[in-house]
Amino acid sequence: LYIGGQWVAPDAGGTLPVIDPATEEVIGHIPAGTGADVNLAVSIARATVKSGHWTHSTGAYRAGFLKAMAAKVRERKTLLALLECQDCGKPIDEAEWDMDDVATCFEYYADLAEKLDDRQYQPVDVGMSDSFHVKVRREALGVVALITPWNYPLLMAVWKVAPALAAGNCCILKPSELASLTCMELAAIAHDVGLPPGTFNVITGTGADAGGPLSAHPGVNKVAFTGSTATGRKVALAAAANLRPATLELGGKSALMVFEDADVEKAVEWAMFGCFWTNGQICSSTSRLLVHVDIADSFMAHLKIRAESIRIGDPLQTGVRMGPLVNKQQYDRVMGYIKIAQDEGAELLTGGGRPSHLATGFYVQPTVFLAKPNMRVWREEIFGPVLSVATFTSEAEAIQMANDSEYGLGGAVISADPARCKRVVEALECGIVWVNCSQPCFCQAPWGGIKNSGFGRELGEWGLEGFLTTKQVTTYISSDTWSWYGPSKL
Amino acid sequence: ADSSVKAHTRRHITIKTGLYTHTPFSHYLPNIMVELSAKDYKLYIGGKWLDPALAGKLDVINPATEEVIGHIPAGSEADVNLAVEAARATIKSGEWSKATGAYRAGFLRKIAAEVRARQTMLAELETKDSGKTLDESNANIAEVAVTFDFYAGLAEKLDTMQDLPIPSGSDDFSVTVRREALGVVGLITPWNFPLLMAAWKVPACLAAGNCCILKPSELASMTCLELARICHDVGLPAGVFNVVTGLGMDVGAPLSAHVGVDKISFTGSTATGRKVATEASANLRPVAMELGGKSPMLVFEDADVSKTVEWAMFGCFLNTGQICSATSRLLVHKKIAPALMAQLKLRAESIKMGDPIESGVRIGAIVCKSQYEKVMGYVQVGKDEGAKVLTGGARPAHLPTGYFLAPTVFTGVTPEMRVWKEEIFGPVISVMEFETEEEALRLANDSEYGLAGSVISSDPTRCERVAKALECGVVWVNCAQRFNVQAPWGGIKNSGFGRELGQWGLESFMTMKQVTSYVSPNTWGWYPGASQ
Repeated sequence: LYIGGQWVAPDAGGTLPVIDPATEEVIGHIPAGTGADVNLAVSIARATVKSGHWTHSTGAYRAGFLKAMAAKVRERKTLLALLECQDCGKPIDEAEWDMDDVATCFEYYADLAEKLDDRQYQPVDVGMSDSFHVKVRREALGVVALITPWNYPLLMAVWKVAPALAAGNCCILKPSELASLTCMELAAIAHDVGLPPGTFNVITGTGADAGGPLSAHPGVNKVAFTGSTATGRKVALAAAANLRPATLELGGKSALMVFEDADVEKAVEWAMFGCFWTNGQICSSTSRLLVHVDIADSFMAHLKIRAESIRIGDPLQTGVRMGPLVNKQQYDRVMGYIKIAQDEGAELLTGGGRPSHLATGFYVQPTVFLAKPNMRVWREEIFGPVLSVATFTSEAEAIQMANDSEYGLGGAVISADPARCKRVVEALECGIVWVNCSQPCFCQAPWGGIKNSGFGRELGEWGLEGFLTTKQVTTYISSDTWSWYGPSKL
Repeated sequence: ADSSVKAHTRRHITIKTGLYTHTPFSHYLPNIMVELSAKDYKLYIGGKWLDPALAGKLDVINPATEEVIGHIPAGSEADVNLAVEAARATIKSGEWSKATGAYRAGFLRKIAAEVRARQTMLAELETKDSGKTLDESNANIAEVAVTFDFYAGLAEKLDTMQDLPIPSGSDDFSVTVRREALGVVGLITPWNFPLLMAAWKVPACLAAGNCCILKPSELASMTCLELARICHDVGLPAGVFNVVTGLGMDVGAPLSAHVGVDKISFTGSTATGRKVATEASANLRPVAMELGGKSPMLVFEDADVSKTVEWAMFGCFLNTGQICSATSRLLVHKKIAPALMAQLKLRAESIKMGDPIESGVRIGAIVCKSQYEKVMGYVQVGKDEGAKVLTGGARPAHLPTGYFLAPTVFTGVTPEMRVWKEEIFGPVISVMEFETEEEALRLANDSEYGLAGSVISSDPTRCERVAKALECGVVWVNCAQRFNVQAPWGGIKNSGFGRELGQWGLESFMTMKQVTSYVSPNTWGWYPGASQ
């Protein structure tokens, strides 16, 4: 574990195996942190906050470290990508892309950290310039808990770590135990660039043993969580009991709507990317495909051909476009949904099982079902490369079907008609809308959902604001005695 | 006129004619108003006045006289459900949430104008309902109108802030951001500034395009019900603004737990806040919390004693001390403590106390019996703990009825004392002395709360240092208890999270939607073999 600038063994001395999902073999171990480790990290982070060394430093000072970390990530890109690939099963090309995004994210927040210095003491006009001046400071929250998932292990961590540090917080990162290796490497990078001890701490371990105590610790000023809706609820309740704010990035069942005027071949590429990239394990995956009845047949025919051409295999091979799911539990879950789909009467278009040429590893073929809106495969988040398709006849129907979900993370519309795209964008009940694409994500834009997909926005300036607290400073500048209680007779 | 109505005192009456055909008679004769209005209150749901489902009512007691002056409806879960449905239907219709900011601003400005027109009636009602002095009620009501106008301005600006571009760094993608309403929002407000606390939430919430359900404290709901009347009178579309009065457990709890509510914004006690946050979190819904405080005022040796005393009193005796941000801990430098305490005693004892409805009264009644007992309880605790009563500490002799406590100052307080640590929510200041700046800050920050803080010193560099070091959301320099609608309001630690007022208030009621568009003519080539 990395706590207070030191590598320490977990208090209870346990470890968790790291399993390569492509080979199903144990390739290493991570420490199994528990509540005692959490307590230590929080108390050290708190002491670091109180010292003011990091929290009261300039944004420029903190930016220096963020830039240094970005540089180290770029330098170690190959190693990090290899580790990521073996830890979570994502294809090496995607892992390398992630590492580029990680470095970009650090650089972006370094820039915002520098700009923070100029924004300090922002004046607020209250119309009483003779008697009161009002200014606003933006300050760190203090100790923040960051709980991150396994689907983009390092990137999801840095989406939180970079702005949290930029804002001046001291953080405790608890990555998913299913893929913690690159986060441990991040600790090594932090150490190597001389990030002050206590500002960045990493505790690996299970949700129950490490994540739970961390989210419930009263010494934590905020909990930022990305993961499943079920765990998110627990985290939110724990923070609420302590009257601490939380942000939640949860699941989704986002809809991709393809209208009759769409270029079918182009749309098919996005439909695949939207649900098969990252082995389908994306919170924002457009896993519900709504296609206009007029083009449905040609769309499905083309989709089948293209999906069956996807190269699925050992993720370490460059050019592979689909690897294994992250672990056996997820594999069983996704296979379970495939069976549910079949039992529900959904029609299989392509995929539906393990690729015949891959006897080992948690591989599932890119799978497409023709489904109906009342089916579980239509409504529930599967978190695998399983695309459910339904048809629509009108724009109103498509919007109604898209919004008929407990989730509200992403949505996508493909159409050649810009006015239609605008209408659909405004009507979709979600936080991210893609027009004529699906999934590309830019670190300058606010990321997050509504409804059961959670609340709060990451990335962009919103990501930084989420880790700051606003303090107003109101100064009385008049020399008059305040006379609310009448003149003093003294 | 209803012949059963009694006029209490002769007053100068100004009759307005013609403009508002639906204005209740009470508008013209404020001293008669209470009886009339009390008969007429119903819940306001979906643009209609409805009896509560369980047909109950709660007494409204004037804390200055301890008399029942009217009733408010006792809402329950069924009323909450109806209100949420009405709000949701209005959201779905898009007529409010998809309208322009300018459209919504029009209503907010009309509401502001009506609040101003009904200023006298509202202020008197506020005083009789909550016990706050009439001068303060008048100031509060004026500020309510200012707040509605302020958010009308921000609503108008929203139209120019929609679909703003964000540089993506890529030629293939264009990115914009939309600011949209959350949907149905629950607003739970306290009794200490009844209409003003509602005004800190309602106009920001409506400006953003939301439809809301307001649940005011049952201890002072009348002016919020009058706000519903105003909204109805200006033709605010049905379902946009709903008011369900009643007890916390009967109305507040089901509102917090309702799955159909997109956010809850709560101002009130820390204990209730925890419950509200828990209910909403179980539904994965966000909350904003404005909770209690035990804010410190740090007075350094170079402070002007006379000026400081006025701020020390204002900081903890305004609103009879019933302010979340009351500077109820006074930290005084040893050197000036004797002079400051002597002057504070004299000045505090000169404050006019009486029936808050009389003009010039500066300390009114505590809102209700249970709060009065709680505050008196703390006065006893302070004495039992060994603190010394510098002034006050008992009911004023000339006010045998009503929930009155003379402004109280405890000296000789130590940090372990309950009167130092716990929020009393009454006109009770606890005083400690310090020698160094470091000590003062340590004592100031040693609190579970973090709402406000005040620093009084003639050294601007020290003021800046202390302002930076104080662990709270609101810092007053050489003053206390000043609120400006433009500035972000809120605390940290157990004082809650989220910021109200200013642009922050509006943002808190909006959700951000990013729109990423692929603008390249090329087929996305992630998967090899795509035809170009």
